[in-house]
This record gives sequence, structure tokens and C-alpha cells, in this order.
Amino acid sequence: MSIMSEAIAIAPAPEAHAPVAASLSGVTRVFGASGSGMAVHALGPIDLSLYKGEFFSVVGPSGCGKSTLLDVLAGLSKPTTGTAEFEGRAIDGVPDGVGVVFQEDASFPWLTVENNVAFGLRRAGFEAAEVERRVNYALGFMGLRDFRKAYPVQLSGGMRQRVCIARTLVLQPRLILLDEPFGALDQQTRLLMADELLRLWRETNATVFLITHSLDEAAMLSDRIGVMSARPGTIIETIETGWPKDRDSRIVSDLRFASITARMWEKLRVETMKTMVSQEGKLQ
Amino acid sequence: MTRFLPPVTIALAALVLWQLVSFIAGSHSVSGVVETMAYLFRMMQQESFWLDVAESGTAIFYAICLSMLFGWALGVVIGLNRNVSDVSEPILVTFYSLPKVTLYPLVLLLFGLGLSAKVAFGVMHGLVPICLITGNAIRQLRPVYIRTAKVMRLSRSSVTFHVVLPAILPELISSLRIGLSLSILGVLIGEMFASKRGLGFAAVNAMGLGDGTRIMAIGVFLSVCAISINFLLLEIESAIRHRTARI
Repeated sequence: MSIMSEAIAIAPAPEAHAPVAASLSGVTRVFGASGSGMAVHALGPIDLSLYKGEFFSVVGPSGCGKSTLLDVLAGLSKPTTGTAEFEGRAIDGVPDGVGVVFQEDASFPWLTVENNVAFGLRRAGFEAAEVERRVNYALGFMGLRDFRKAYPVQLSGGMRQRVCIARTLVLQPRLILLDEPFGALDQQTRLLMADELLRLWRETNATVFLITHSLDEAAMLSDRIGVMSARPGTIIETIETGWPKDRDSRIVSDLRFASITARMWEKLRVETMKTMVSQEGKLQ
Repeated sequence: MTRFLPPVTIALAALVLWQLVSFIAGSHSVSGVVETMAYLFRMMQQESFWLDVAESGTAIFYAICLSMLFGWALGVVIGLNRNVSDVSEPILVTFYSLPKVTLYPLVLLLFGLGLSAKVAFGVMHGLVPICLITGNAIRQLRPVYIRTAKVMRLSRSSVTFHVVLPAILPELISSLRIGLSLSILGVLIGEMFASKRGLGFAAVNAMGLGDGTRIMAIGVFLSVCAISINFLLLEIESAIRHRTARI
């Protein structure tokens, strides 16, 4: 073990003894496995348990299968081998209680902010009063109350992403999957959005699974961080941060923060270089 | 108000040019603005004119309805299925590049002389662009909308009516606008070649009689109708596009 690894206080995450919210067992994903052409082994095998109420982040080199992993958990993609479960049931299609926020702006441009947020509730047949109550809460929580009649085109990228988070939040998911939700935002906005995300996590007590490229974001937000290898992505190390639940973006000045990011980078550097070498090989 | 300045200026310039051409060519060849307008006013008081308008209007209405119905339906199939698109798109484009008027005798043989032949010819003009624009709109639909709908566990019909249709609405209106212009063209050409009534027939009839003023009056009436509908649809389309355009 390196000096850097020893520097991190690896306390067990508070959720380590909590019940399992979702799990993956021997999950692999191979694209083009059944059809003609070359099969691409994108993911796995992966064994992973997400505990109820924990904040779990995944970092890894580009193209290592992070989004594929999220798709499997969301029920948007079936594993080629292995099993994926949510609350003890095999995932077959998108399970009830799972919400996803994508990296791309997924707000519907033809709807106002409030109608965007209410969209899922209305389609699910909630009563108007309940829709109103939940939408009001979500708009207030995400700081969008003054923009409820605005269209997404009138908002900044960060605010549009907030609309998408609010739209997920109103459905009260027990597992929130976030696929690089702040990827398109500037650093300052990312930090503020991260604070809001932590606040959301504490308030809802949902299990959060975050995919990110940003080591800082993973180190600041997570209870545990899964570091993925180059393709086919497997989790090569799980880092427990030991942060208190009431943390916010100010922990970036904590000494442990640097140790955690350094530990992640120590692992990721090798994997990222492997990815780069493989890409250069393809170009040649 | 400044928004309307360019089209008003163009309209005024067209009227000046028209009058100029009338001066140069002589009013027996090209009737002047005032003469034509006066003729149009008198023509609009005749019952026979409105019978022709009704005949052409009915054919255009049926033609655009059928073009929309089949064009949008085919467009959805083409947009959703890559294989269907790969096979059908070159065929549709090739068909559309044919001079369709050469097929009109065949249309007459199939549908007979009357409303149905004109409608069929209008559909032949309007259907393909509607179909291609719709198919393209579906293919260009951002996948994240569908993924979002899947995550919300929406039914297939809910995805269609609450996500796909609103997302492609500007393109649907655009296809309707272009399809309508071409259907009008198809119906009028049909009436000019083989018909017993309608504005196309009236224009050709006037040409046979050497009545240039009548031809111009019919042309003005048709132009005003077509431009008004086109303008209305364009306004709707740009209002939606403005609202949904991404930065």
C-alpha cells in the first residue's frame, strides 16, 4: 500500500450496515454479442452493492463503461451475463422507485418549468392537488420558484439541469442515478450544484449513484467511490471517504480531500494511460 | 411592426414591377394593377367564380388531408425504422424528381375525369415532402427525450403523444406548409390539363379566350390565398421554434 493510500482515514461508511438497495452480481455487458460483426466487451464482470441511503460515485477513464453500468442499474439496458437487483427484485425494465438525471439537458423545451417538473406526476395519474404540492416543493427546493412560467430556452444550462433534477425529485425515487449531471457546467456552478445535490440527498434519504469524470466532485460528494478500470470496466478499488452526512463543498479545503483525490488518481492514471494507448493503437 | 416592414416592402415592390411590366408589354398582354383589381372585384361578385373556388378548394382540402394523413404515417414508419428508411427514401426521392405531369394521363385513367383525379394529383405533389420531413424529424429527435420517457415508465402511446409529437411539432407544421403549397400546385395543374371546373380550368379557359385580365385576376386571387395560408403556418411554426430553440 502506498503512502498516499495510508494517509486516508478509511472509516467504514455509515451505510455499510444498512440494507442493500441495489446490487450487481457478475454483471457483464457485451455489445453486438448476438448479432454479426465484432462483439465489444464494454463492462464487467462487476459485483457491487449499493446500501440504502448511501452516496456512491463511480469514476473511470473515458469509454470504460460507466454509463453502461448506470443503464444496467436503471433497467435501460440488460446485462449480458449476471444479475442486477433493486430492492431484492431482479431488474427487468425501469423499476418503480428509480429516477435518472442524464448529462444532456433533458428538459422538454415545449413545456414551461412547472409543467416540466409536473410531467412525470401527471403521466403517472397523480391528483392535481398532489401534483401542485410536490411541484411547489421541488421548485422551492431547487430555487426555481421565480422561473416556474419560463421555458427552458430562457434558462441557463445549470438551471435547466435543476429542472431535470426537480422533475426526478417530485417522483420521490428511492434510488437516484446521476449520469454526469454537471458535466456541461462551469466549475463554480458545479460546486454550487453539488451542494444542492448533497442537500437533496440528505432531505430525501434516497440512495444516490453518481457517474462523474470529476475526481473532486466524487471526493466531495460520496460516502464511497468506485474506481473503474479501462474497458471492459470493472471496479478495481472502492474508496470509503468517511465524510459526515452534513458535509458541503467547504470540505474541499480538508486535508483528507486531497488524499482521497490523490488515491483515486493513483489508480486512474494507469487506467487512463491504458485507454490512451489503446486509442492511439486504433488510430495507427 | 418593423417585423412586417420587409414583406410589405416586397409586396409594394412587386406591385410597382407588375405595373412597369404592364406599361412595357402593353395592357393587352399584361393587365395593370388597377385594371386587374377592378376585374377581380367584379369577378368575385359572380356565382360561377365561387363555384370554381369551391371546386378547387374542395380538391385542395382533400389533397392536403390525405397528404398529411399518409405523409405523416409513412414518415413515422420511415423515421422509426432504419431499414425501411434506407429502402424507401431513394425511391421516394426518385419518384419526386419525376415530372409528375407526365403521369397525369395515367392518373386520369385510374381515377377518371373529376374531383378524385385532381385530389390524387395533389396528393402526388404533397405527400412525399411531408413524408420525408416527418421521417427526418423523428430521426433527429434527441434520444435523451425517449430515455427520459422510459425512465418515467411511460406507455408507448404516452411517449408518442406527450413526447415525440410535441418534440417534432415544428417540423410537422413545416411539412404541412410545404405540402400544402405543393398540393395546391398539383390540384391546379390537374385542373388545367383535364377538368370541367375549378380555378385552374378557369385560368386555362381564359387563356383560350385571350382574356389576359381574367388570368391575372385569378392569379392574384390564388396568390393572396396561398401567401396568406403560408404566412399563417409560418407564424405558427416560428412561434413554436422560437419557444423550443436551444441555445
